[in-house]
Amino acid sequence: MPTRDPKERARDFFEVTTGYTMEMALNEAARCLDCKNSPCVSGCPVGVHIPDFIRELKKGDAESAYRVISLSSSLPAVCGRVCPQESQCESKCVRGIKNEPVAIGRLERFVADYHNENCTEAPVLPEKNGHKVAVVGSGPSGLTCAGDLARKGYEVTVFEALHEAGGVLIYGIPEFRLPKAIVKKEVETLKALGVKIEKNTVVGRTITVDELFEEGYEAIFLGSGAGLPRFMGIPGEQLKGVFSANEYLTRTNLMKAYKQDSATPMIRGGKVAVVGGGNVAMDAARTALRLGAEEVYIVYRRSMDELPARKEEVEHAIEEGVKFYLLQNPVEILGYQNPDDRRDPQNGWVKGMKVIRMELGEPDEKGRRRPVEIPGSEYELEVDTVIMSIGTSPNPLLKQTTPGLETTRHGCIVVKEEDCSTSKQGVYAGGDAVTGAATVILAMGAGKSAAKAMDEYITNK
Amino acid sequence: MYRIVRKKRLNPTVTMMDIEAPAVARKAQAGQFIILRVNEEGERIPLTVAGFDRDEGTVKIIFQVVGATTMLLDRKEEGEYITDFVGPLGVPTHTEGMKKVCVVGGGVGCAIALPVAQKLSAQGCEVHSIVGFREKDLVILQEEFEACSAKLTLMTDDGSCGRKGLVTEPLKEALEAGEDYDCIIAIGPLVMMKFVVATAKPFGTKIVVSMNPVMIDGTGMCGGCRLTVGGVTKFACVDGPDFDGYLVDFDEAISRSAQYREMETAAREKTCNLFKKEGAN
Repeated sequence: MPTRDPKERARDFFEVTTGYTMEMALNEAARCLDCKNSPCVSGCPVGVHIPDFIRELKKGDAESAYRVISLSSSLPAVCGRVCPQESQCESKCVRGIKNEPVAIGRLERFVADYHNENCTEAPVLPEKNGHKVAVVGSGPSGLTCAGDLARKGYEVTVFEALHEAGGVLIYGIPEFRLPKAIVKKEVETLKALGVKIEKNTVVGRTITVDELFEEGYEAIFLGSGAGLPRFMGIPGEQLKGVFSANEYLTRTNLMKAYKQDSATPMIRGGKVAVVGGGNVAMDAARTALRLGAEEVYIVYRRSMDELPARKEEVEHAIEEGVKFYLLQNPVEILGYQNPDDRRDPQNGWVKGMKVIRMELGEPDEKGRRRPVEIPGSEYELEVDTVIMSIGTSPNPLLKQTTPGLETTRHGCIVVKEEDCSTSKQGVYAGGDAVTGAATVILAMGAGKSAAKAMDEYITNK
Repeated sequence: MYRIVRKKRLNPTVTMMDIEAPAVARKAQAGQFIILRVNEEGERIPLTVAGFDRDEGTVKIIFQVVGATTMLLDRKEEGEYITDFVGPLGVPTHTEGMKKVCVVGGGVGCAIALPVAQKLSAQGCEVHSIVGFREKDLVILQEEFEACSAKLTLMTDDGSCGRKGLVTEPLKEALEAGEDYDCIIAIGPLVMMKFVVATAKPFGTKIVVSMNPVMIDGTGMCGGCRLTVGGVTKFACVDGPDFDGYLVDFDEAISRSAQYREMETAAREKTCNLFKKEGAN
């Protein structure tokens, strides 16, 4: 897919990829073999009828293709951009055996964007069935669950803690990868279906799960995500200039620090180290570049082969100038302290990071080779901002305030895999709140299964 | 949108507002905080709950005009609206079973200390309040403190009202005189709380401090409000804002609180100039 020049895009927040033209989309669609057993569909967590939508597109009817996708997905313009298609639908494509698989994700994005730009028709409102359901959290799992239930005729209310709907799509994933206007549009589509969104409501504090039942909600979906950032527990982590990736990205995305006239203070420029190798680490590193950093390093304890981020994101980061310091791990963050002046404003700010080199040892329980420190290999990396991107845990608030809700020792909500039901009757859960940090599409898949189970639960009550 | 039901200026730089937010008012307790945004482009700022009226559905906030956002908020009048108001957040102040407590408030921190003193007093606890201000013109909530305190000591730095000196002096005297407080609750500037803790330490009296660091979401998401408490990283928004005063690393908290100072000063000046220009037109 066409992307903008890395030199130009690495300094602004406009979208990196520019999308297909109709002609490009038709050419790519023509490559689909329309296999009888549609293996691609089995690779999609929400089961989009892929060959069906491509068939409509081949006819030149993008709007009809959109209707096919929206039968299964509430967020097509989002999925077309952030799904790891290479390990899902596209990995099953027969074309991919000898050649490049059909670019399903890019076609999905084209179809969704076409619809958003050209369609002015109001959606057909489903007939109400008289039942009330609540969804906690407006991220990918919550929005999917809400959309599916609204289409079945439920009166759906989504409760969101922040001042904007979208969850990680708004606060986490940067503008240059997923423009916020697109997320807003998808949310508007759900609102048009009758979904109500109550912002500024922290379930567990403003209102509890039990109180939602008292207010007449018959079933509740918990999609509160995994927002609690982890830190390494090494010395110096509380110095000024050390951030969690969540804080760094939230300031930039939700609070719009990327705009020059933003009210949100943000540390710009300098030398930035991002610790971690996931998609969030790539997002933070590329955001740092765009905020004006001179140098940005990814410091990751394993090698390129184990890097958990999507290949495309890593390639984009390298093209844009992010440097990869692999098989290395920080042991201490070093701060500046003027010995002669306690009031020196530089005191307490990051001035470097002590890093140790690693090698790969025996495989761990997951089969990934465990990184082992090489004794005596420490060195000092000069940086003035450190961004910790080593993972997040589920938010503990619902666990603390919902009696009868079982969680694992890591704080993940325990559910039955087949129907997303929790230990509490009428309460369902999905997304990162259950799995720990994972992908948008897996969360959407869970939201979808939960919606189906909630419908059955209420129907059979 | 959330309506400003009442607005009152308590002193030249401190303003009180009652905000219509029934869902927050229904649940709010002393020691908890809210987060607000004044307008669509605004930053999120945390303010501790200074009171609430569950029947009226309002939450009281008291704030000092220190930065760009509080300046914008201060320009809003009764009947106008602010964009966002979310809460109550954080863990309420623990008051159960306390029979005699010393509440120490400094400056605008007194606004947060008041509902705690009132709650304690209402449950039959003997409250000794020590409140400190820079000077006479900055004194707030004196009558309210008198109403809920068995003993009130008012301090000013320059002696223009009440006793001259710092809040640590009467506290030290009381402890030396053998006052057996179940707890000291200190709310105010970081430096004040640090010294209140140092004053109480030789006596070993239990001490709780209320921390109010920089934060964004207030629900445990950003980690910007992290503190070291007893050698462990804690998030003020979900683990606090109240912590055991003896365990808080104040020097670190003081250093961290200056992280955005330069930018905050610049933003304040910019807003200030903007208002001046508007005023001139």
